[in-house]
Amino acid sequence: MAEFSTSIKEMGEISVINLKGFLDAHTAPALENNFTQLINDKKYKIVVNFQDLAYISSAGLGVFMAYIENIRDNKGDIKLTNMSDKVFNIFDLLGFPLLYEIYKNEDEALKKFSGS
Amino acid sequence: MSVRNKNSISELRVKSKTENLSRIRDFVSLNAHEAGIPDAVVENIMLAVDEACTNIIKHAYNLSPEGEIIIKIDYDEEKFIVTIIDYGKSFEPDRVPLPDLQKYYREHRVGGLGMYLMKSLMDDVEYISIPGKYNQVLLSKNIRSG
Repeated sequence: MAEFSTSIKEMGEISVINLKGFLDAHTAPALENNFTQLINDKKYKIVVNFQDLAYISSAGLGVFMAYIENIRDNKGDIKLTNMSDKVFNIFDLLGFPLLYEIYKNEDEALKKFSGS
Repeated sequence: MSVRNKNSISELRVKSKTENLSRIRDFVSLNAHEAGIPDAVVENIMLAVDEACTNIIKHAYNLSPEGEIIIKIDYDEEKFIVTIIDYGKSFEPDRVPLPDLQKYYREHRVGGLGMYLMKSLMDDVEYISIPGKYNQVLLSKNIRSG
């Protein structure tokens, strides 16, 4: 069975979700739970760090689409960071860079939140 | 479809559960590496097969875990072909439009992304559906061109 886990750290008012392993239709609900929890807690400034993510399918990409509107309506955002070329290519193929801010590293994303 | 030799076809049969997706990916990866396909292309084939099987689990079997999925792999010097068979609800690929991401985003629709990925990552994607009998997806990748 594919291994997937997430961990969340709080950086002031920003929440950083770290992804690890394989994000597919089987493991996507774990990430959905993270977003649901953050939204329930009214934490709308979210950075997702892909450093340790080995694999993503469209079921994983769909998670980001499912929550982004609600989060932006609440003056928040989901910013994505530290993607491998392989994972970025899949996002790129589906046109995600037009809709999401994608940064090389976490600090850049954190700064963007503090600057706005 | 080019058949190299009947005995060389690898086959995997699994139930229609998302937890089997990793097993399916491992099976594809093993065979594609055996065929001498470069890592980056193996990853693309794995993803395309994952997307096809995810669609089968979600749509053909409507998330019922008792459906059967058969994955067959055959390759020669020119092509790596993955054939995926299910006995669920038939699928009309022509009715799935290419995704307009802005529109999907507004409507919270994510279903068509997998189909688009399959078509982007493979050289050929063919569907055969015999309603009430079986559905077959054929995913083909040219090896020579990489």
